[in-house]
Amino acid sequence: MNTFFQARPSSSVNVHEEIPQPWIEKYRPKSMESISAQEQTVAVLKKTIESQNLPHMLFYGPPGTGKTSTILALARELYGPKLMKTRILELNASDERGIQVIRDKVKNFARTAVSNRRDSDYPCPPYKIVILDEADLMTQDAQSALRRVIETYSKVTRFCLICNYVTRIIEPLASRCAKFRFKPLDISNTTSRLKMICEQEAVNYSPQTLEELAKLSEGDLRKAIMYLQSASKLHKKEMITSESIREIAGVVSDDLINSLVESAKSNKDETQLEEAVTKVIDSGFSAIQILSQVQDRILDDFQFNEAQKARIGEFIGQFDKYLADGTDEHLVILNLIKVISDTNE
Amino acid sequence: MSLWIDKYRPTTLENLTFNQGLSRKLKNLTDSDFPHLLIFGPSGAGKKTRILCILKELFGDGAEKIKIDQRSFETQRKKLDINIISSKYHIELTPSDVGTYDKIVFQELLTEIAQTQQIDADAKQRFKVVVINEADEITRDAQAALRRTMEKYMSNLRIILCCNSTSRIIEPIRSRCMLIRVPLPSIDEISTTLQHIASNEEIHLSKSLADKISLQSQRNPRKAILTFEVMASQKKKLNDNVEIPKVDWEQVIDDIVGKIVKTQAAETLSTVRQKIYELQSHCIPPSLILKKIALGLFTNEDIHSKAKFDIINSATHYDHRLRTGRHSIFHIEAFVSSAMSAILSTKY
Repeated sequence: MNTFFQARPSSSVNVHEEIPQPWIEKYRPKSMESISAQEQTVAVLKKTIESQNLPHMLFYGPPGTGKTSTILALARELYGPKLMKTRILELNASDERGIQVIRDKVKNFARTAVSNRRDSDYPCPPYKIVILDEADLMTQDAQSALRRVIETYSKVTRFCLICNYVTRIIEPLASRCAKFRFKPLDISNTTSRLKMICEQEAVNYSPQTLEELAKLSEGDLRKAIMYLQSASKLHKKEMITSESIREIAGVVSDDLINSLVESAKSNKDETQLEEAVTKVIDSGFSAIQILSQVQDRILDDFQFNEAQKARIGEFIGQFDKYLADGTDEHLVILNLIKVISDTNE
Repeated sequence: MSLWIDKYRPTTLENLTFNQGLSRKLKNLTDSDFPHLLIFGPSGAGKKTRILCILKELFGDGAEKIKIDQRSFETQRKKLDINIISSKYHIELTPSDVGTYDKIVFQELLTEIAQTQQIDADAKQRFKVVVINEADEITRDAQAALRRTMEKYMSNLRIILCCNSTSRIIEPIRSRCMLIRVPLPSIDEISTTLQHIASNEEIHLSKSLADKISLQSQRNPRKAILTFEVMASQKKKLNDNVEIPKVDWEQVIDDIVGKIVKTQAAETLSTVRQKIYELQSHCIPPSLILKKIALGLFTNEDIHSKAKFDIINSATHYDHRLRTGRHSIFHIEAFVSSAMSAILSTKY
């Protein structure tokens, strides 16, 4: 009987440590200080922590710039890891968030008073936080239903809306929040962060590779870390190469793009054009990627004059729309090549 | 007695014949912590075979014992059914089967799977795998619903997305997955495989004929093996001069192209319409019909280069309309008639 009531060896905790986490979770900033590149936003938020008076917030910016990380770090600094769970309601697009959920779940959570329990190490202000991640994907109706909820319960609950496109948040909702813009990370910020991870994970790297990786990620730190982890898994202990990074990112090799554009410029014969296109399509690259790389290549090509570039650019815009609607990739790329060859004449 | 395709389908990563470098990489992956995967490439390149091999590598033989169930979901207006193929360790689904309701599948089914742990205590891995087919057909809303699930339940769940192109996969999903590109194998690789099958089946197949079959299959190994099997079952002896049978619907397409090139008139349009209806009644997808006609015209030597520019332009234009519109026959016909007018205008 005694043994039954004795504290068991905490096996569950050990198991938790064993589970390998993806690096994007492992290196998610735990405190406000460690958030990279968003100095202004962080400075403002820190001030509000000191005064303990948090406004309703609206975070917006491209993916991978640290929006979710910031609010989680903020919550951790306010309540500490223990109380965090009871004080936070996190809803994202994978939960049902129709108008009904706003009316029931969010409203119920928002109106309950906060418990007196507090962690002495943390400020623990007397309000809860509702995080609505990916808020731009909420329906208009659901957003309107939030309007009054935000105002009525503002004494005990603060809201934080997170979205990529601020324009998709309805105006009445946006005007109730303090807006924070998250800017894409520049190359030096991304590289320094990646370097830190590489050193902790004992990844074999060269500075050029990291720079290449930072360039490819286009300011999206999550993408950069994900690529880095994938590359390190593929290579085990070997040195990570730029080629494998490009392969993981799905970037078409420059040779292939060059040969495609060159054959478009030199060939008049359609059968040969068709063969060149089939070769690229068969290697499985995505047409959007080919389109954007061909565009870069054309823009740098001094053999085309401004008017020709403009003409091709106009077509590329059209093709992007076609591809987004699911038009056959083979046809679109063939059309692109024919346009280039036609313009060159 | 099964088809050669299934009989000679490799079941382990070591046995994969095409893209050896890729298989080695995948092997490295299964040894260490396994990420979410996004596998893409043209059809027939061996994406599915690779997924099955990965599952076997991860979980052992248990992953091969599969069962098929049907799950139903209630929405406010409609009841939906979806077929699920599952083993003890993995679940395979095609959410695009339920059309625009696919978001519900993710919200309910996936979250349910994600929240429970692996039942089998002896399992080699602590996580379960969800294979999602035709990921490029999933609506944007449903893809958005995947985003946080993929991060939050990483300890219980890995997702393998399988699709033909990443163009329609939203950026946040792409950045959460490891991208694996599966290109089509080269002609040489296919002929080697064909000859390997031939020697196992005790059929004589010369190198040149194997090359010819692979060439005609347009680097698609599935098509090549099927063609070879048809040829082998028709004739006992295969010498170099044997004609390789063309699939009958491709002959119809060739026929249509020939008619369009020959006379550009209203009568042609009505005979072409007959044939297109016939193709459609044989379940050839309309977008494929349009594509094949367009490519046939584009590579035809009798058409002026200027007309070809208009033809390929209108091909993409009407393909776009075909995908967003309702009645496919309108758009195919519109394309055929605009191609004919393009040919006519360069004649005079």
